[in-house]
Amino acid sequence: MIEFQLSSRSAVSPYQQLVQQVRHALRLRVLRPGDQLPKVKDVVARLAINPNTVLKAYRELEHDGLVAARPGVGTFVVATLPGVSLAALGPLSHELRQWLAKARRAGLDEEGIEALFMTTFRTAPEEDTA
Amino acid sequence: MTTVLSAQDLGRRYGRHRALAGCTLDVPAGQVTGLVGPNGAGKTTLLTIAAGILPPSEGRIEVCGGVPGSGPAQLAKVGFVAQDTPVYAGLTVAEHLRMGARLNPGWDEAMARKRIEHLGLDPAQRAGKLSGGQRAQLALTIAIAKHPELLLLDEPVAALDPLARREFLGDLMQFVAEYGTSVVLSSHLITDLERVCDELVVLVGGQVRLAGEVERLLATHHRLTGPRREAPLPPGQHVVSASHTERQTTLLVRTETPIIDPQWTVDSLGLEDLVLAYLSRPALEVLR
Amino acid sequence: MIWLTWRQLRASAVAVYALVAALCVAFLVTARPSEPVLDGLQDLLYNQGTISAVYLLPALIGVFWGAPMVARELEAGTHRLVWNQSVTRSRWLATKLAVAGLAAAAAAGLYSLVVTWWTAPGEGKGLTMALNSTGRITPFLFSVRGLVPVGYAVFALVLGVVIGVLLRRTVAAMAAALAIYIAVQILMPLFVRPHLIPPVQQTVAITAENTVSVGFTGPEATQVTSIKVREPEGAWILTDETVDATGAKVDSLAAGLGNCPPPSPGVNMMDCYAKAASDHGYRQLLEYQPAGRFWALQTLETAIFLALSGLLTWLCFRLVRHRVS
Repeated sequence: MIEFQLSSRSAVSPYQQLVQQVRHALRLRVLRPGDQLPKVKDVVARLAINPNTVLKAYRELEHDGLVAARPGVGTFVVATLPGVSLAALGPLSHELRQWLAKARRAGLDEEGIEALFMTTFRTAPEEDTA
Repeated sequence: MTTVLSAQDLGRRYGRHRALAGCTLDVPAGQVTGLVGPNGAGKTTLLTIAAGILPPSEGRIEVCGGVPGSGPAQLAKVGFVAQDTPVYAGLTVAEHLRMGARLNPGWDEAMARKRIEHLGLDPAQRAGKLSGGQRAQLALTIAIAKHPELLLLDEPVAALDPLARREFLGDLMQFVAEYGTSVVLSSHLITDLERVCDELVVLVGGQVRLAGEVERLLATHHRLTGPRREAPLPPGQHVVSASHTERQTTLLVRTETPIIDPQWTVDSLGLEDLVLAYLSRPALEVLR
Repeated sequence: MIWLTWRQLRASAVAVYALVAALCVAFLVTARPSEPVLDGLQDLLYNQGTISAVYLLPALIGVFWGAPMVARELEAGTHRLVWNQSVTRSRWLATKLAVAGLAAAAAAGLYSLVVTWWTAPGEGKGLTMALNSTGRITPFLFSVRGLVPVGYAVFALVLGVVIGVLLRRTVAAMAAALAIYIAVQILMPLFVRPHLIPPVQQTVAITAENTVSVGFTGPEATQVTSIKVREPEGAWILTDETVDATGAKVDSLAAGLGNCPPPSPGVNMMDCYAKAASDHGYRQLLEYQPAGRFWALQTLETAIFLALSGLLTWLCFRLVRHRVS
C-alpha cells in the first residue's frame, strides 16, 4: 500500500501528482498487480483534499489500463509499467554524473543545464528508446 | 446537476448597512463549494440566511428545495457550523450529543459516538474547557450526525492551529467522501480552499463577483507579461486586471482560447492570485 | 426539548426552589401568630419574611430565569447552534416559556399557600406591619397572600425574557427587568389597585365618639392640622380627610378650630373639637376598600398580571421569529 504525498508548491496539479506517484510506484515495483490502492476516504482524511481529486486520479489510471475499480471493495492494480530494474539504475546514474561533470566543465551553470536537459527531453521523440 | 442552494437578488439590511445586496447564486449539489471574500463581504450573512437563522430583507433563497428555517423537515436538511463554533460551555460533550439526539429525528448516535471516541474527546468534559480545535470538531460532529443534505461552515478553521486545521478539514473530506453531502465552506485561507473545493464563489460587497469550478478557473486565467502596450486583445480574451510600468504591461486575462501572440509571456496563476485580482477589481459584470 | 430546557434551567431553578423550601420550613416550624404581640422569630417572619418574598421571589425568577433565557443564547452565539437543530424557533421558545412558567407559578403558589396558611389565625387580631398596615387587604400584606404572587412570578418571568430578547445582553437585561418589576410593584398599589373596584365612599359626621386623632402644629400646639376618625375594621383606607359642607377638601382647619383650649392631661378635648367641626359644617370623607373585597381584588389583580404576561408572551414570539439574527 502506498502513501500519497502532496506538494503545494509543485507546478503539477494535485490529481496529476497522485497519478504520477502511482506510476512511479508501479515502475519501482512498490506497487504490483493485485495490490489495492488506498481507499478514497482514507486518502482525503489524511491529506485534507477533495475526494473528487482522488477519484479523478483513479479514473485516469483506470482509463490508462493500470488499475480497475471493484465496486464496494476498492481499486486494484491490474497492470504494470515497464520499469527499470534496480540493476540498471546504477550504471544510468553513473553515466548521468559523468555527463553533468562534462556539462559543468563546458561552462554551463545550473540553469543552463536544466534548460538544456528540458529542451532535449521535450523534443527527443520516444522512439529513440527502441 | 441539481442545485442545492439558489439565491436571487438576495439582500439583508442591518439598519442602514446592507450586508447583502442583489446577491444571485446557484450552488450545485454534491460538490464542495468555497466562499471567499474580504471581511464584511456578506459571507456570514449569506450562510446564516441559508441556515434559516436569519431572515432575508429582500430577494429569494431556496435551500435543498425549501425555504430556510421553515419547519423541522427543512432544518433537518441543513447542518450549520457558525463562526467561532458556538457550543454550550456549561454542558458536557455527552450532553451535547444528547441534545442532538433529542432534537433531530435523523440523528445517527452510533456515528456521533464513534467520532467522539476517534477524536479522543472525553464525553464528561464540559464543552467550555475544550480547546478551539476540539470545540470545532464537536460542533462539526453535531452538524453532520443528523445526516444533512447540505453542510454550511462559516470560517470553521480560522482560529485553529495548523495541525487542528488539517485534522478538521481531513475529517470533513472523509465525511464528504463517505456520504456525498454538499458543502459550502467560507474561509480566508485560499490555500485551504484550493485543496478541498470543487467550486469557488468570490463575494465582495454583498454581491457575487466570480463563481465557477476551480479547475476551470485555473485553466482559463493567465498572466500575460510583455512590452508596454494599450492595444485591445482579440475577442474572446477578457482583461481582468492590468498594470503598466514605463516599459512593461502585465495583464490578467480570462480566456477559453489559447494565446498565440508571441509578444506575451504566458504564465498560469495560482488560485490566490486569481482571487486577489477579482477582489481588487471594481464591481463589473459577474463572471461565471 | 423539555430535557434541554430543564438542563439549562437546572441551576437557577434549584437555587430558587431551595430558597422557597427554606422559607417554607421556617414558616412551618414557627408557631402561627394569633396575638398582637409576636416573639422574635415570628416577628421576623411576619415582617421581613413575607415582605421580602413578594419582591424577592418574583424578582429572582425574572432576573435569573427570565432575563438570561434568550439573552444568554444571543450573547454567546449558541442560538446559531440550537436553532439549527430540527426544532423550530417557535417550539423552542414555547417549551422554554411553558416549563419555566409552570415552575414559576408552582414556586410562587406553594410559597403563597404556606404564607396564607401561616397568617390565617392572626387575621383581624390587630397584628400590624410596616406603615401601620393591618388587615390583609392593605398593600404590603395583600401582595404576599392568596393568588397574586403567582401572577407576579409569571409576569416577572416573561418580562425578563422579553427584555432579554430586546437588549440581547444578559447583565443589562437582568438589571432592566429588576428595575421595571420593582416599578410595577410600586405603581400597582398606588394607582391601579385602588380603582379595580370603585372604592366605598362615606361621609360621616365628626363626633366625639368617632374622632380618633387630631393633629397639631404651631408654637404651643394650638393649630389643628388634621382630624382622623375611626376607620372600618381591616379595610384599606384610601382617603380619610375633612371636607366642608360643599364636599370640598378643607385645606386649613386651624381657622375654625382654634378656639378650643390647648390639650391638657385629664381633659377630653374631643368634645370641643367635634363640636367646633360640626359648627363649621365640617364632615369627614372616607374612601376605602372593605376587608370583604380581599378575594375579589386578588382575582382581579392576578388576572391583570396574567393578561400582561400573555401580551408579553405574544410580543416575545413576534420578536424572536422576525427580528433576531
